Amino acid sequence: MATASVTTAGVGTSEQYNYDIVRKFAIMTLVWGAIGMFVGVYIASELAFPFLNFDSAYITFGRLRPVHTSGVIFGFGGSALFATSYYVVQRTCQARLFGGERLANFTFWGWQAAVALSALGYMFGYTQAREYAEMVWPVDLLILVVWVSYLAIYVGTLMKRKQPHIYVANWFYLAFILATALLHIFNNLQVPVKLFSLESYSLFSGTQDAMTQWWYGHNAVGFFLTAAFLGMMYYFVPKQAGRPVYSYRLSILHFWAIIFLYMWAGAHHLHWTALPDWTGTLAATFSIMLLLPSWGGMINGIMTLSGAWDKLRTDPVIRFLIVALSFYGMSTFEGPMMSLKDVNALSHYTDWTVGHVHSGALGWVAMITFGSMYHMVPRIWNTQMYSLRLINVHFWLATIGVLLYIVAMWISGIMQGLMWRAFDDFGNLQYSFVESVAVAHPFYVMRALGGAFFLTGMIIMCYNMYRTIRQGSTEAHAGLNVATA
Amino acid sequence: MKHDKIERNLGILLVFTMLAISAGGMVEIIPLFFIKETIEKVEGVRPYTPLEQRGRDIYTREGCYLCHSQMIRPFRDEALRYGHYSLAAESKYDHPFQWGSKRTGPDLARVGGKYSNDWHTQHLIAPRSLVPQSVMPNYPWLAKTNLDYSDIELRLKALRTTGVPYSNSQAEYERNVKDFGEDVAKTLHIPDAEKNLVAQAKLGNYDTDPSNITELDALVAYLQVLGTMVDFKKYDDDYFVKFR
Repeated sequence: MATASVTTAGVGTSEQYNYDIVRKFAIMTLVWGAIGMFVGVYIASELAFPFLNFDSAYITFGRLRPVHTSGVIFGFGGSALFATSYYVVQRTCQARLFGGERLANFTFWGWQAAVALSALGYMFGYTQAREYAEMVWPVDLLILVVWVSYLAIYVGTLMKRKQPHIYVANWFYLAFILATALLHIFNNLQVPVKLFSLESYSLFSGTQDAMTQWWYGHNAVGFFLTAAFLGMMYYFVPKQAGRPVYSYRLSILHFWAIIFLYMWAGAHHLHWTALPDWTGTLAATFSIMLLLPSWGGMINGIMTLSGAWDKLRTDPVIRFLIVALSFYGMSTFEGPMMSLKDVNALSHYTDWTVGHVHSGALGWVAMITFGSMYHMVPRIWNTQMYSLRLINVHFWLATIGVLLYIVAMWISGIMQGLMWRAFDDFGNLQYSFVESVAVAHPFYVMRALGGAFFLTGMIIMCYNMYRTIRQGSTEAHAGLNVATA
Repeated sequence: MKHDKIERNLGILLVFTMLAISAGGMVEIIPLFFIKETIEKVEGVRPYTPLEQRGRDIYTREGCYLCHSQMIRPFRDEALRYGHYSLAAESKYDHPFQWGSKRTGPDLARVGGKYSNDWHTQHLIAPRSLVPQSVMPNYPWLAKTNLDYSDIELRLKALRTTGVPYSNSQAEYERNVKDFGEDVAKTLHIPDAEKNLVAQAKLGNYDTDPSNITELDALVAYLQVLGTMVDFKKYDDDYFVKFR
């Protein structure tokens, strides 16, 4: 009898919220992080040493690159967003997830299946050939169903909230869910070859297709990789710092300006192309304006630490969060600059763009995720992190990795841009194209090395988390046994 | 405090958020379907032949767009290196567009006719045998895999659904004769797709091995047509400027 009552009491308190789903997504964040980053390092090495393609169709650069992007964006980033958003919405609303275990579990299995199937599909040559939207149409449909369920769970939980106010982190998560649905639907309008075929042709063509794709592509960055992770920032930075958000007004401004302005910026990916100039000019204008809310958000996050700056020295988790915000500030400055037509004329088509993406993806998205995970995982397993020292090692490996990566890409990118447009004294092109490929080699090696640093950090994190989770489970059992005795 | 109301009311928050995120796309995408200057009026651009389209399918399958752009910008260096800047009209039958975003390798928008079929065959099988510093993967399986064209009619029908003027009836065929001339119109007729595909592969002998039709045949056929459809001698350059 005693055992039964203790057990129910235990369940009642620790399972006030649905943490089971958070745990599942947290584990998959680590798994996809390791897989996606490994593939990233591998394809970076293929560019440095092409023999690594091994004449095998399944692992050529062209087929593995979407495996990398989908793995890290949708596998790692997506799972992290599901995990943290389910955690944050329950805690800030003081309500259990709407829809019960089944619906939440459906979003879990559905999402994992979608990412795994698309990654496998790319290796076998099934792709829509749209950057970051390569998933074939049946997977698109699966994602749509999962996403609608996600929206239902999120909105349902917000409706059940016991607080009159909807906390700011939830605004960002909500905007991300809505925007992703909008983008996903309109960028994946396809006509299948036949009913039971994985192949299809996009409904739009040429210019309109390009515009739709980059409206999607840029806002995958803007909402999936920015707005949503800002939601993460607005919860985990104040929590870990033990201070309230720096400015409430700034967060309001930040939110509305970001979600409104971002959607206009996509066409800056198409400067100097056959897209009409008016569209690109409009996009560049909005890209410049985006600098203001982006930096507003960064300041809001970093200044949350005001009065607790000493934590930067003592708390490696805070260090992850603050460095993430610094990279966010840096890449949101670099982005608007690259959206200027004259800068873009040099930077477009070069490695500079790749470096820019990674200063955002590794520096901002991955770092804020690492920080949030180190905060959240011990809490949902009712324990402490196994090793603070390993967090510190991870921090330095990740930071050095990003720096190596982006410096390499700045050099090779700017060099490519300048070599392509160099003329000799007679007005002929000074370099052949392949000369610009050859000089990039050392920087491709350097980039792969940077990636390897980052990946090593990720693997150390996985180990640290594994020990933490095991420790958490053992403690839970021990606690239960003591209670029973 | 007004914002307080939004924070307390989920419905208002949802509606305002939807409005904020919808504006940009509506203003930038929808007009492109209606403004007539978006796509240049130019002669010569036609849908791909069945063989070229299958080649394009292989181009997308292998992810070529991840390293090669198909969009020449209006700069002096690009004009010298690649040729006339790309027109919107030149990709109007491209589902999906393959403009690309990265040049790890050179732009391919006008690669058609620049190299021989032999060169392309050799280069695709072993790029470094021709360009030692190249970082492109070898694609030996393309020459060994027979082209699957069993569903070519279904493919063209799907493209026809998206708006590409492949003909499936006598009336549509006659419209194509009027728009593209008889020679081209014949290659766009869906009931003859398989026959046309085989005939073009046999005649072109793209992979330099006449014994069978491989994926390499199709891919080279596609590469050889890229950027060749418009005869720029016919147009004064100022003509295109007003469309940009």
